[in-house]
Amino acid sequence: MGLSEAEKTYVLHGVEENLRVDGRDREEYRPMELETDVVSHAFGSARLRLANTDVLVAVKIEVDAPFPERPYEGKLEFFVDCSFSSMITWVLNKMKPQMASSPMNSHMASKKMLAKERTIKMISMDIGLPSSSANATPNFEGRGGEVLAAEISNCLSSAYCSSLSFDLTKLCILQGKKCWKLYVDILILECGGNLFDAISIAVKVALRNTQVPRVKCIDMDGNNVEISVCHDMFDCQRLNVENAPVMVTVCKIGDKCIVDPDVAEEQCSVGSVVVAVSGNRFSTVLQTGMGSLHPLTLVDCLKMGHKVGQKLDEAVKEVLKESLRGGDVGFIK
Amino acid sequence: MSKKELLSKIGLRLDGRRAHELRRIRCKLGVFTEPDGSAYMEQGLTKVLAAVYGPHQVRGSKSKAHHDNCLINCQFSMAVFSTTDRKKRPRGDRKSTELSMHLQQALESVIKTELYPWSQIDVYVEVLHADGGIYPTCVNAATLALIDAGIPIKEYVCACTASLANNDVPMVDISHQEEVMGGPTLTIAALPMSGKIVLMEMSQRFHLDHLDKVMNKALQGCKDIRQILDAAVRLHVRDIGSATGWALTSYNE
Repeated sequence: MGLSEAEKTYVLHGVEENLRVDGRDREEYRPMELETDVVSHAFGSARLRLANTDVLVAVKIEVDAPFPERPYEGKLEFFVDCSFSSMITWVLNKMKPQMASSPMNSHMASKKMLAKERTIKMISMDIGLPSSSANATPNFEGRGGEVLAAEISNCLSSAYCSSLSFDLTKLCILQGKKCWKLYVDILILECGGNLFDAISIAVKVALRNTQVPRVKCIDMDGNNVEISVCHDMFDCQRLNVENAPVMVTVCKIGDKCIVDPDVAEEQCSVGSVVVAVSGNRFSTVLQTGMGSLHPLTLVDCLKMGHKVGQKLDEAVKEVLKESLRGGDVGFIK
Repeated sequence: MSKKELLSKIGLRLDGRRAHELRRIRCKLGVFTEPDGSAYMEQGLTKVLAAVYGPHQVRGSKSKAHHDNCLINCQFSMAVFSTTDRKKRPRGDRKSTELSMHLQQALESVIKTELYPWSQIDVYVEVLHADGGIYPTCVNAATLALIDAGIPIKEYVCACTASLANNDVPMVDISHQEEVMGGPTLTIAALPMSGKIVLMEMSQRFHLDHLDKVMNKALQGCKDIRQILDAAVRLHVRDIGSATGWALTSYNE
């Protein structure tokens, strides 16, 4: 979807006035919907819907040997698959938008209504409206969005790299011989802007939801190591995700910075900075997009990202404290 | 007998179903806003998402375009966490290529392709949880997504599996457990209203004499599935329609 100059100016003026196209101010997020235990056969899973962005994260655990240089640590691997939605955006890029026709709009309106009905939790940072401009992300072009997938997974691994943000030593079973390897698989189902933030929250929640089997005893026979695992389904350890990073994408539009850009805003931005905030520190800073930023603007971006990141982290923790209700989860609700 | 039987003496299967019973089917149309049509489908534990884009201009090389009908492009992929052992790649292996082709074959038989010359329709299916009968669930989900996208089809295309238990009794909708236990699996994709079969595939073997009854069983399964899909579509159209207000106008008349 290409925006015309007039549309871009409209978005830009909105940002300037601190009243964005969908009525949010510059530091507001769109509504989120968060679910856990969506994938029944994974060790932990979460699904996050941030307006039109839909992400599904599942955690699988395997036994592996630790890296020789880090014998006390387990392993954590991220895999991002965005084929299901990327093709879409690619296709839609080629199509002229026909959003104005009324049946389409009403169709979408009713979908939105359904979405509203089935919202379980809304993160209480804002009361923004879901963005109605839903499609196309230009940076998805290329072979199945592989480049974007690699970028996201690299960013995640570097954000989780520090032992202060995520403690991998808990995943060690037997020093130098055996450890748990966590596969965090991220499936992007729909892309409505701001993938980094959505994914980071979903990953954090999925890791919190993960149940690592408890090891009962370890038998060593020469070099053979046998591990027996507790078979009680409810007896397992949880991971500490207190300091797991939350990413915030700060987009510079005109002279001002915004968070949680939707697709249209992403297209108007000069450059953006992804900051991963863990506790009250940064764990990763990544500048994406083509534009360049003035050092002063960059500092402003970082400050804003830091502030919003901490607020977002608080909000996520607040939501997780409430016991999630049972019943149907997933796509049928 | 060392091997456990697929059908017990009192006629119950491993998961407690009877021979003619399908697994629980739940589905929903229009789960996403971005694609032109989307659907979610659950058959037992098998969970599939489908999205349809198009009809639109042919993407890539123009030489693929047909002057008299539209190109149907199917992509089948499985989430890496969909199976018990984590998969290395979500697509690109031989099994997914084969399934994409079979899916395309089934859908080409129902879509009125002649209405969209020089165009293309993309169908993407993603398996979230694989527990037997992946192909049938994909076909059924794709049908719903096509309907949600408003693409004209001749009739529903439904798919179902059937097997032969104890070398005698045909049973419908095979689960992963039953697939693994052994026993032949017959997969058919059919047009249930006209009773035509668009795709048939079989693994392992049974005597030719049994083919008829197993096939009929699968066909009956397709017919049952069609009813469920039809009910879901009607419900969806009613919801969408009432949101636009047509339900109200017809009420007043």
